[in-house]
Amino acid sequence: MALSVNLIKRLPGFTLNVSFAAEAGVTALLGASGSGKSMTLRCIAGVEKPDEGSIVLDGRVLYDSRRGIDLPPQNRKVGYLFQRYALFPNMTVRQNIDAGLSLVRDALARKDRRESWITRFHLEGLEEHFPRELSGGQMQRVALCRMLAGEPEAILLDEPFAALDSFLRWQMEAEVRQTLAAFSGVALLVSHDRGEVYRMSERVCVLNAGMSEPVMPTRELFERPQTLQAALISGCKNCASAKRMETGRVQVPDWNAILACEGTADQPVTHIGVRAHWIVPCEADAENAVFCRILDAQEDVFTRNLTLLPAGGTGTIRAELSKEAARSLTAGNEAWFCLPRRAVMLLMETDSRSAAPHG
Amino acid sequence: MQEIWDILKHLDYSPLWISLKTGLVATVLCFFLGVWTARCVMHMGKRAKAFVDGILTLPMVLPPTVAGFFLLLIFSLRRPIGSFLYEELSIKVVQTWLGCVLAASVIAFPLMYRNARAAFEQVDIELVYAGRTLGMSERAIFWRVVLPSAGPGVVSGTILTFARALGEYGATSMLAGNIAGKTGTISQRIAMVIQNGDYLTAGLWVAVILLISFGIVVLMNIFADSKLMNVKKW
Repeated sequence: MALSVNLIKRLPGFTLNVSFAAEAGVTALLGASGSGKSMTLRCIAGVEKPDEGSIVLDGRVLYDSRRGIDLPPQNRKVGYLFQRYALFPNMTVRQNIDAGLSLVRDALARKDRRESWITRFHLEGLEEHFPRELSGGQMQRVALCRMLAGEPEAILLDEPFAALDSFLRWQMEAEVRQTLAAFSGVALLVSHDRGEVYRMSERVCVLNAGMSEPVMPTRELFERPQTLQAALISGCKNCASAKRMETGRVQVPDWNAILACEGTADQPVTHIGVRAHWIVPCEADAENAVFCRILDAQEDVFTRNLTLLPAGGTGTIRAELSKEAARSLTAGNEAWFCLPRRAVMLLMETDSRSAAPHG
Repeated sequence: MQEIWDILKHLDYSPLWISLKTGLVATVLCFFLGVWTARCVMHMGKRAKAFVDGILTLPMVLPPTVAGFFLLLIFSLRRPIGSFLYEELSIKVVQTWLGCVLAASVIAFPLMYRNARAAFEQVDIELVYAGRTLGMSERAIFWRVVLPSAGPGVVSGTILTFARALGEYGATSMLAGNIAGKTGTISQRIAMVIQNGDYLTAGLWVAVILLISFGIVVLMNIFADSKLMNVKKW
């Protein structure tokens, strides 16, 4: 089971240029809104047509601009879970699920299939309800059920939890995770929520202003992002341009700092990133200690967030400390802060026509 | 009172049936044609759409007599198409009930087409996409997803079409004429009896057409209101 996607689609304002391969299991497409995630899914499903490229699912060519192949969505065997579910409002739950079984011609076989799926998604008793009579969670279950009833070879989930409130979200996430675990084909999950991607996917492909980055294991994106874009999208709040020194350390002009780091000395570096929650107050003689003035201190729900200006530096650093640790730190104070060696991520800026601004 | 009763007793009711029959047949014709055209025009490019939409809307904004003129130009027995239809297929349009239907259809068509198109353009595109990815045929998507979603707009278009077709006068009088019991519709009967100074009979027919048309519009409003519960007032 594998899905390989290479496509270019020119849209007003930007060009989508995506290239990745996904194996069985969940692969996430992570990107800010407007980065082309949904459009990518639509091209795979066949409801939008790319300008160039090829889409191959398990050796089956779904689209190939050179060979003039463009299977209609009806024949692609690709399921699509829409952000707002797209349940047919004029049909009951039963009729909605039957719509997913349109290709099953025999009425009895269709009834059997439908009933087994209804049982699997705990929708018994809701068969004659209309979508407007369902709760958000039930609507999502019906949409999942309808999509899977047609036994697609790949499924595409477009921001599946965006329409749910945060409490229900947890519950549905668990349900969808189970559903995905039972699915043997390729599943693509589109999301702008890093947490969701971290919890739900095994591999991730970062989309940045229409350009895709190489697919990598999800854990790795968050622990060791390779590119500036990946670091930013994975939620790294402190990224600054940096230069590798002969000693193996990195020089960060914006912060007026020279930092020890891990990683081989010949690894090319254009930027470094330090996650805000790794930064802690420290003594002056600690490794990677930076003397900073606290420009701003803000209470968040569970943390105290500081905006720091390193002495002699021009760029600020954001630190998220536990309330305990940061109790005495207020705006206007000066103190030493440690950017731990293992928290210093070495990054490369990828050649993207529209690179994100440095943080 | 006695006078009205006498008139009602001896009234020739054929205009009512002719009008209703014409309205119904024209509405059915316009419904399928309008829905189909709306669907085609929706998928056209910007310029082609502006042009074709313009032509299709013309009968609504032009005086009906202009439409009647063109219809006569086409179907008159002295013209190529008209004579061909009559001689080869024995179809006569001028001075027949078919002419009534045709005239009413042409005039009422834009109402159906425009309402249907507006309704189709409002349909959530994701519903159509969902239908496609689920393997539904395009035909099934149209009849079972798009049309029901566009329901209120299509229904009000259909009702307006019927109301317009029912009362059509200008084009009908030119194409079909006013032959009692054959092409004499209510509106033509009104014009005729007024010419004879018979205000009472005219008034009766006016009341009939008023009642039907007003009833239709009120019915439509009630229907539309129950469907659009989340309409915001501003």
